[in-house]
Amino acid sequence: MREQILSVIEKNSRIDTNELAIRLGTTEAAIVEEMAAMEKEGVICGYHTMINWEKTSEEKVTALIEVRVTPQRGQGFDNIAERIYKYPEVKSVYLISGGYDLLVTLEGKTLKEVSSFVSDKLSTLETVLSTATHFILKKYKDHGTIMTNKSEDERMMITP
Amino acid sequence: MRNPLSETIVNIKPSGIRKFFDIVSEMKDAISLGVGEPDFDTPWHIRDEGIFSLEKGKTFYTSNSGLIELRQEICNYCKRKNGVEYDPKKQVIITVGGSEAIDIALRAMLDPGDEVLIPQPSYVSYEPCTILAGGKPVIISLKAENEFRLTAKEIEEACTDKTKILVLPFPNNPTGAIMEKDDLEAIAKVIIEKDLFVLSDEIYAELSYKDPHVSITSIPGMKERTIYINGFSKAYAMTGWRLGYACGPEEIIAQMTKIHQFAIMCAPTTSQYAAVEALKNGDADVEMMKDAYNQRRRFLMNAFKEMGLECFEPFGAFYVFPCIKEFNMTSEEFATRLLKEEKVAVVPGTAFGDCGEGFLRISYAYSIDNLKIALERIGKFVARLREENK
Repeated sequence: MREQILSVIEKNSRIDTNELAIRLGTTEAAIVEEMAAMEKEGVICGYHTMINWEKTSEEKVTALIEVRVTPQRGQGFDNIAERIYKYPEVKSVYLISGGYDLLVTLEGKTLKEVSSFVSDKLSTLETVLSTATHFILKKYKDHGTIMTNKSEDERMMITP
Repeated sequence: MRNPLSETIVNIKPSGIRKFFDIVSEMKDAISLGVGEPDFDTPWHIRDEGIFSLEKGKTFYTSNSGLIELRQEICNYCKRKNGVEYDPKKQVIITVGGSEAIDIALRAMLDPGDEVLIPQPSYVSYEPCTILAGGKPVIISLKAENEFRLTAKEIEEACTDKTKILVLPFPNNPTGAIMEKDDLEAIAKVIIEKDLFVLSDEIYAELSYKDPHVSITSIPGMKERTIYINGFSKAYAMTGWRLGYACGPEEIIAQMTKIHQFAIMCAPTTSQYAAVEALKNGDADVEMMKDAYNQRRRFLMNAFKEMGLECFEPFGAFYVFPCIKEFNMTSEEFATRLLKEEKVAVVPGTAFGDCGEGFLRISYAYSIDNLKIALERIGKFVARLREENK
């Protein structure tokens, strides 16, 4: 049942628990209990909102930064990752296999703000060998959601 | 000038849906719960394989019975799902939708006067296809108290010495009824006793919400006398690709292939390549869609319960079949008023046979949001009718 709850609320965390119970063929109490347990265990880490910022007046710039670092003895990448993720403007930090080590997502108000973060804070960290910054120009699809307008139902109204 | 038309064709009633469809098509802003096809797009990897086949220039006819690669995948599927083995070279034919398979199976097996047992309510094409093949349709009216399942007794009572074929349409459109293993075992006895052949339309096989669907071909003694029909439309959301298939005894498939060869040549090549991908890598998509349908099914059943509308719990396809007899009006009257007053389109049960009178087919091949709006309107309508009838 956990997986079923998660697959629904992953797409709609605001769903009414009673409706969820009906759809999954269980009781509302069971749903509430299971969700509370998952929150406690850290399976559910938060309930976020998908926002298309392009449609607001808010100016936002998002960058993906590839970071190559020197892993530290006994610490691996954890220490340096922590140094980076503690900055509130950093949205995500992933350890990556392949040509570089860490992928950092960064959000700022302007290009200048982002680039000064990279040059002043990120590149100056002792273990950071190099960075490559990519600015996001347009989000077509995010978190499984296509950001463009939804297409109409093209089916005929009645078919046998 | 002479009458250019065939009397046989002219005498066939147009589909009951057609008439209602004309009214619906004038209501541009209506919400529909009337379609018999999935709301999902064909999964992208399947579409992509179709596109890739076009890019590679796979634009020629395939063999009459279809790509051997696809026939092999179909045989693997039958083995995997039903535990039944077919020879891909001799016992499978790829058709233009399950519909063509129904048509050519009947034409390959019927002589004038042969009788075909057709349980109703059911899909609209069995009866006209039987007539076009020179056979005589004998309708079995399924009963709500049996949850619209077919019983051995009903077959026995409808049989004459001319009865040759039984059409077995489960999971059922429009009722959502299923036949479980013991139901099938019970009818298998009569089928053998009366020496009938079975045309088993299992197009909704993947959409069975209780236990996995049981095919009649898996019941001992049945494979030899059954034409098994399935396709890609419902399970893989591929209606527009027009692709289905039939598996069965070699001698019947050979004659079906003859008709298919002269009338159709072969099923669309692009669709066949896409279908190979569907069968090879589509299980997860089917599972995802089935889960979504099942949630909507429960949601709908609960809503009808709250409205106090009588409805048996359907475990198959994507339809519910609520009873509206309490309102003392015909299904068509109900559906027409619902459309005009609340702008919700549903299909009158009578479109699927006279015994569908007093019922509506409601499709849940729609998003939950869409269902919510429609159900709210139906609830309002039902409350108003009860007020009127007081």
